[in-house]
Amino acid sequence: MNGDPKLERIAKGNALALCATGTWTASFAPVLERMVADAEKLAGTPQSIFIDVSEVAQLDTFGAWLIERLRRSLTQGTVEAQIAGLSANYSSLVDEVRRVTATPVIDTGTVTITGMLEQIGRTVAGIAGTVAGLVDMLGAVLAAAGRVLIHPRSFRLTSTVHHMEQVCWRAVPIIVLITFLIGCIIAQQGIFHFRRFGADIFVVDMLGVLVLREIGVLLVAIMVAGRSGSAYTAELGSMKMREEIDALRTMGFDPIEVLVLPRMLALVLALPILAFLGAMAALYGGGLVAWLYGGVEPEAFLARLRDAISIDHFIVGIVKAPVMAAVIGIVACVEGLAVQGSAESLGQHTTASVVKGIFFVIVMDGVFAIFFASIGM
Amino acid sequence: MAGEIQNPIIRVRDVTVQFGATRVLDGLDLDVKRGEILGFVGPSGAGKSVLTRTIIGLVPKIAGSIEVFGVDLDSSNTSERRRVERRWGVLFQQGALFSSLTVRQNIQFPMREYLRVSQRLMDEITMAKLTMVGLKPEVAERFPSELSGGMIKRVALARALSLDPDLVFLDEPTSGLDPIGAGDFDELVRTLQRTLGLTVFMVTHDLDSLYTACDRIAVLGNGKIIAAGSIADMQASQHPWLRQYFHGKRARAVMG
Repeated sequence: MNGDPKLERIAKGNALALCATGTWTASFAPVLERMVADAEKLAGTPQSIFIDVSEVAQLDTFGAWLIERLRRSLTQGTVEAQIAGLSANYSSLVDEVRRVTATPVIDTGTVTITGMLEQIGRTVAGIAGTVAGLVDMLGAVLAAAGRVLIHPRSFRLTSTVHHMEQVCWRAVPIIVLITFLIGCIIAQQGIFHFRRFGADIFVVDMLGVLVLREIGVLLVAIMVAGRSGSAYTAELGSMKMREEIDALRTMGFDPIEVLVLPRMLALVLALPILAFLGAMAALYGGGLVAWLYGGVEPEAFLARLRDAISIDHFIVGIVKAPVMAAVIGIVACVEGLAVQGSAESLGQHTTASVVKGIFFVIVMDGVFAIFFASIGM
Repeated sequence: MAGEIQNPIIRVRDVTVQFGATRVLDGLDLDVKRGEILGFVGPSGAGKSVLTRTIIGLVPKIAGSIEVFGVDLDSSNTSERRRVERRWGVLFQQGALFSSLTVRQNIQFPMREYLRVSQRLMDEITMAKLTMVGLKPEVAERFPSELSGGMIKRVALARALSLDPDLVFLDEPTSGLDPIGAGDFDELVRTLQRTLGLTVFMVTHDLDSLYTACDRIAVLGNGKIIAAGSIADMQASQHPWLRQYFHGKRARAVMG
């Protein structure tokens, strides 16, 4: 009953009959398409044409459409192709596909010079938009913080503590481990190269200054941007996608106050703590390597460290932490709230959140370096 | 082939599904016959969607057997499973359209995977499916996030039907549609069932759908099928939940 589909040509006096037989369904679609394309070449013959479908064992949308397509391409000028022998079962299906308007409208999206220029223009305008968006969010967060200061009862302590746990407490192991290893590497490299000048002991100066002023806070900020910035964007983005943020708004809550402020506060408190722990871990790792690899006794290391660094170094480092945290948090929240409906958009904004977060952290670090240099710290 | 025609298209025997300590389905038996539209009803949270998902293989069962097209899905190998999956279409409750693809790409996704046909034919079939589910061709280039709830349902149905399956699972297809749209949808399901010889497994709460579209109704309660039969059987039933369901205020309004 279910044979391979065929389309045979039979001349009947003045008319031409195309007899369709077999199974005209999706599984045979490639074969069917070839047969129909073949038969379409008959277009233009002055005979009248019948497409006889009485022997078709099975018909689905694919088969019905191909028969309809054949009928349409054979209908030219005065010649009209007709479908004959249609069983009652399938007539409604054929009627259904007959309503289909022929060719789909597809935007090919050709690349033109003006199009490229337009793209460049839009990208530049987009950069300005990004900065404006960040400033906007900073203002909104400060305004929300102001409102919370006036009405302390509206402060969301539970939420803040929850986010503190997520971004601070749970980040401690990985941050300590990585900064410890970085401390080890700096010390090892320092000793390796300074030894040639007999200046082993200066590795302590380098380690102390580098870790406390720059590496400690910068490295931790980059890790936090990757770890917590992305999480913030993904959380807010999926809430945006499922209209949860709109729901909050309709209930009279300010999403900035409910969602963004606790996250920002948690991050601003967390980063100095993590930066401090990271700096200590790096110093410990460096000290360990200096002792085991460079032969610098722990007492000598500590004494040298006391001489080499002052409290200023530590302050320079730790002052940067909350500012960097604010930058990461604002970028993450702006990106999260900019997510559109699709999963792809969520991915793009999460990537953008991390990339922009790290970029702005490094820019801020540069600005701080200039500032501290000019005030002589 | 001949045996397959006589046997039920879906055969569920003694299926038990448990989440933690909660037993959702408890030794459930159900047959769906070839070519029928089965309406599946039951109170919210009774496990209608769970049974659907168990049959499709998304929820693991702890006991029992399920055969679809005469193939036991537990003992079948990957290629057998693939063949079965190719013959069914699923309309999820929320549509589950791929959000990063356009409507056209969504509908063509299964075709691209399973059939080697030209882009032209795929485009034309896509247009045919869109027309069938009552959407305009312009919708084809939109993304799911730019569609209304009812349009998402229709596109999801078009995607479920894109390979012309023998069996479709519809999870609350008319929820969220306006009454006229829902009526069209029922009519559409009926038409497709007639023309394509489709078997439809429809989870629904819509009394209109039950009256106009369904050949048979199965009722789920306490993890089992408490009744199965025609709409007349349901109305005659003395089961308290069924009495309330088919003789309540809304049912009377439907019956006029």
